[in-house]
Amino acid sequence: MNDLATLIPIITIFILAIFVGLEVIAKVPQTLHTPLMSATNAIHGVILVGGLLILGKAEGIGMIVLGLAAVIFGTLNVVGGFVVTDRMLEMFKTKKRGGGK
Amino acid sequence: MIDIGYLFAAMAFIFALKLMNSPLTAKKGNRVAMIGMAVALVVTLFAPSIKPQNFMWIGVGLAIGFVGGYFPAKRVQMTAIPQMVALLNGLGGGAVALVALFEFLEANHLGHTGASVQSVTTVLSAIIGSISFAGSMIAFGKLQEILPGRPIGFKGQQGFNLALVIFITALSLAMLAFGQTNVALFIALLGASLVLGLTAVMPIGGADMPVVISLLNSFTGCAAGLAGFVLNNNALLIGGGLVGASGFILTLQMCVAMNRSLGNVLFSGMGSIVASTGDPTKPQKQPKSYSPEDVAILLSNANSVVIVPGYGMAVAQAQHQAKELAGKLMAMGVDVKYAVHPVAGRMPGHMNVLLAEADVPYEQLYELEQINPLFPETDVVLVVGANDVVNPAARYDKTSPIYGMPILDVDKARTVIVSKRSMNPGFAGVENELFLNDNTVMVFGNAKTTIAKISTALDQY
Repeated sequence: MNDLATLIPIITIFILAIFVGLEVIAKVPQTLHTPLMSATNAIHGVILVGGLLILGKAEGIGMIVLGLAAVIFGTLNVVGGFVVTDRMLEMFKTKKRGGGK
Repeated sequence: MIDIGYLFAAMAFIFALKLMNSPLTAKKGNRVAMIGMAVALVVTLFAPSIKPQNFMWIGVGLAIGFVGGYFPAKRVQMTAIPQMVALLNGLGGGAVALVALFEFLEANHLGHTGASVQSVTTVLSAIIGSISFAGSMIAFGKLQEILPGRPIGFKGQQGFNLALVIFITALSLAMLAFGQTNVALFIALLGASLVLGLTAVMPIGGADMPVVISLLNSFTGCAAGLAGFVLNNNALLIGGGLVGASGFILTLQMCVAMNRSLGNVLFSGMGSIVASTGDPTKPQKQPKSYSPEDVAILLSNANSVVIVPGYGMAVAQAQHQAKELAGKLMAMGVDVKYAVHPVAGRMPGHMNVLLAEADVPYEQLYELEQINPLFPETDVVLVVGANDVVNPAARYDKTSPIYGMPILDVDKARTVIVSKRSMNPGFAGVENELFLNDNTVMVFGNAKTTIAKISTALDQY
């Protein structure tokens, strides 16, 4: 049902996104591995956008429950992910201050 | 308008990842990503496809998710961060699978049954999302110690997993070819993917969980990107694609840090079950056990001390006591350094975070390459709850599951003091001969109380 004309731009976007993803991570210092993993973890919480869209169009109790579960899971992923990353990075700030003493 | 918002979000994500490459800008990076996410979510609410009467449900879902996500994330102990990340990643994977299931049911309902790009990506995102969900839950269980950290498996597990992969592939193909209206088939596909997630992660040792979580993180990203095809949504396409790719690069970098290949991490689990049974031909030696007071004497006579923190310190929250002890030693004129192994703890960088929390000066932290040449001139090494990262077997024992991993050569120091709860093997499930060496003394007990006792005893000297 997706004709080629609409498909090509989507594929282009996806593939370009993958290339950017490959390039944007340079040699990361080991101390940042965990925070970076946590941050990317929060970013894939963007699936919440999908959750919102399906819950928005859901009809009938079964579909609403499915959509609701997706929204809850997605929100947990986004909120928890960003908060945890933020707390981890807060520690680095402390370290810099400690080092200056 | 919505797509402009998504474009902004995508740019924010990319810029955020760029900023996350350096410790100086990382915090800003996370904030930028948050803003991008907020924009993406807000513009989505203006999508014409959203029925006004469903906003109530959206509100309910967002509220539950926010409360459920915010407070635990704020309160969780720093030591429990790894399992928290695993859990959140699993939820993301679960969300992808649910979106895919929804889209499948809806396409069915509308009578769209032919094989199309949408049906292929629906099936793929359902499979990958489910694997990520189940695998992450196992990783969470292992790190939370609900499940044993050692590799768990049964004979022929790899064969079983392979069969499962073939089964899932066949099921997907069958579905795409003619069974698209068959809901039971789709559910079976989800079920099989969940099982694969479980059985693939179960045999991997707890020490390798960071790599597994990172890989599953990348999986969830891919699945979210594929869901972008299904929903024809740019935010999902870009956000998912970005994370899928960058998560994979990060996974490889973590493997490099451990001097292992990804394949070795994923498939060597069964081997280590055999190896960890130990070598029965070696005579069983008893470790030397010292009291905290004896240890204090050793420390007070030393000129140089290197503290090696590990997961035990993290669990006991002993970093403040360790810093206090270091402070006393320094006041006595002892040279004190901290040796931070890149994978000490349960996540790379775990120790840096904890020591930073205790305000340990940055100049006292030494990385593996810097500290290893210094061990032969070191009087006393104090190992606080570290195990696998100081196991000399990694240097020579080819049968050891940790063979080849760079370790801290603490055994080359004059005296090694190991503070540990018991003689139990570490997370990789391997015995550590270091504890039996002639120049090693053990001091058993919880790291926090032990270090505090040593510290108190030190006041006499």
